Amino acid sequence: MTFNAFDGSFAVPIRTLGALGLLVAAGSAASAEDVTLTIESWRNDDLTIWQDKIIPEFEASHPGIRLRFNPTAPTEYNAALNAKLDAGTAGDLITCRPFDASLQLFEKGQITDLTAMPEMENFGPVAKAGWSTDDGSQTFCVPIASVIHGFIYNRDAFAELGLTPPRTEAEFFAVLDKIKADGTYIPMAMGTNDQWEAATMGYQNIGPNYWHGEEGRLALIAGTQKLTDDDWVQPFREIAKWKPYLGDGFEAQTYPDSQNLFTLGRAAIYPAGSWEIAGFGEQAAFDLGAFPPPLPAEGDTCYISDHVDIAMGMNAKTAHPEAAKAFLAWVASPEFATIYSNALPGFFSLATAPVELDNDLAKEFVSWRETCQSTIRSTYQILSRGTPNLENETWTASANVIRGTETPEEAAARLQEGLASWYAPQQGN
Amino acid sequence: MRRRFRPHILVFLAPAVLIYTLVMILPLIGTLNLSLFNRVEGAESFVGLGNFRTLFGDPRWSASFWNALGNNTWFFLIHMLVQNPIGIALAALLSTPGRRFASAYRTAIFVPTILSFVIVGFAWKLILSPIWGIAPTMLASVGLKSLFAPWLGQEASALTTLALISVWQFVGIPMMLIYAALLSIPEELIEAAELDGITGFAQFRKIKLPLILPAVGIVSILTFVGNFNAFDLIYVTQGALAGPNFATDILGTFLYRTFFGFQLQLGDPHMGATIASVMFLIILGGVCLYLFGVQTRLRRYQF
Repeated sequence: MTFNAFDGSFAVPIRTLGALGLLVAAGSAASAEDVTLTIESWRNDDLTIWQDKIIPEFEASHPGIRLRFNPTAPTEYNAALNAKLDAGTAGDLITCRPFDASLQLFEKGQITDLTAMPEMENFGPVAKAGWSTDDGSQTFCVPIASVIHGFIYNRDAFAELGLTPPRTEAEFFAVLDKIKADGTYIPMAMGTNDQWEAATMGYQNIGPNYWHGEEGRLALIAGTQKLTDDDWVQPFREIAKWKPYLGDGFEAQTYPDSQNLFTLGRAAIYPAGSWEIAGFGEQAAFDLGAFPPPLPAEGDTCYISDHVDIAMGMNAKTAHPEAAKAFLAWVASPEFATIYSNALPGFFSLATAPVELDNDLAKEFVSWRETCQSTIRSTYQILSRGTPNLENETWTASANVIRGTETPEEAAARLQEGLASWYAPQQGN
Repeated sequence: MRRRFRPHILVFLAPAVLIYTLVMILPLIGTLNLSLFNRVEGAESFVGLGNFRTLFGDPRWSASFWNALGNNTWFFLIHMLVQNPIGIALAALLSTPGRRFASAYRTAIFVPTILSFVIVGFAWKLILSPIWGIAPTMLASVGLKSLFAPWLGQEASALTTLALISVWQFVGIPMMLIYAALLSIPEELIEAAELDGITGFAQFRKIKLPLILPAVGIVSILTFVGNFNAFDLIYVTQGALAGPNFATDILGTFLYRTFFGFQLQLGDPHMGATIASVMFLIILGGVCLYLFGVQTRLRRYQF
């Protein structure tokens, strides 16, 4: 509660200033009939990209509509947005978190049903799944981008040690062994202090190869597979083997620590999400390369976590529904996809039409979509609705497994027991 | 004889009573009220003590709760056993006459208290970081590198480390309160003791300590209330999941996760209010125990 109150008291003056700034900047060009749409977002890192690249493009092709990008800190976004929507002070356009956070807004009638938008045809069912009702019949946000998991490596270090990117699990550990034996570099930059790194960059990164992507994920939702099945325990067994390759004191290493270890050139491999591409590109003084999660055995089908992450919806109480819809239609267009994906390398358009990318590392990541099967993170849809929360439990379990304080089997059994305690399809089998 | 009713008393009391009721009592009643309701099949309905039954009866909820309560108790014990004795000792040292730079020390020790938790948490995380921290380097320079461990990342040591960081930050408060109490002891008493040949540590133990016991009591109760309401430091350093493996989860972080939700976990105001109510009752119980069990027995000396 205090957070919201705090938020509100500061938001007012800042917002007023922002509006003033806009008015001054717009100068005489702004006519009295102009409609200004406010965009709520958690992407405060992207503020300049929106202001310098995306918004001018839109305003140039849509005279009479002005946009204002109004981001909140990512950790505060959900709470702040809920409070603003309840109070009726939220912006016209709402950036949508995937799955339940947005579904809840839709069910409360706070964001509009967009199923009938003709531009929705630009997206496939997996892209829309993050912002649709469970049965997929209604979609309430326009998908914008996904993030892909994989491993980013220091190309210079690999060249120095005569290594090639590994394709299989056996090769992966052989590479790690060589880096460790050489001793110049920490083989892999990852810590367990923040816990989510272990789950998101570890378990969810390599997992799809073992549970066969969508097949396993949907079977888990249907209740025909269990977290204690071999396909689901195996990823834990793999990350349990990572411990000797992590830096000294990795137990207290945080996410920014891991990022810095890698970009300073002290670690050779970084289990990554594609959202790192832009930041790493700026900070690292060496050549970056990427390889997809290693295959369990040569010749297996490869699966990647191509996780739907960000979308845009419309506040049901907006005063300018027509203008907001015009913007959403533009967001769904190939034009926006190209601007967005190139302005933010590592956030890949969810539109079915391919997008031409400039960034080499981003191209490498997105090329895996052609050879591998895409899936989303296993815990995000439906399975994290109850208590205990499967996603949060997976964070703790993954960190425990890497630290060696819980065996893969124990962790899996605990997760399964927690899931079965509230999720009916997992009960009684 | 009955006293005449004096309306101006009401006028003077009104601002305090009104504000206190508005910002303290009403929200408190609201919280207690919220804890008696829950969502049943999509609609808010009265469930009586059902939420409390869930909290204590459901194996998962109760495991989390007892873990948080146990950790919280340990957090409190460290403060009582480390922070308060050190605070008293520092106050005793600083209040002995003729000590040079006494006020400089006093200020230096008190400064961390006014720092933000964010700064303290961040600074200590950096100091103790196995990668960039100065702690491993300093230990290595005296040949004790083997003693270093990633304390904040290990289940066995994380909570104690955080409690000691909090002690470092707040040791100035008991020091100041005890210092003030020590200064209020009249000179004549000290002189009389000296004439009787009681000096040094014996003087502190036999004369000064009994006289400052009420202040020590106040410090203890402030520590108790502060620790069982603690949240910030853990949240800043370890996040809302209070890792590793909930080893640093205290009632405050448990409440935050439940009430506001976390990541994919949506907030549950009813269970959150239930935990808040239990915290309130724990603190109320502790304070009552102190007020009726301890404070009434403390002897006050009139100078």
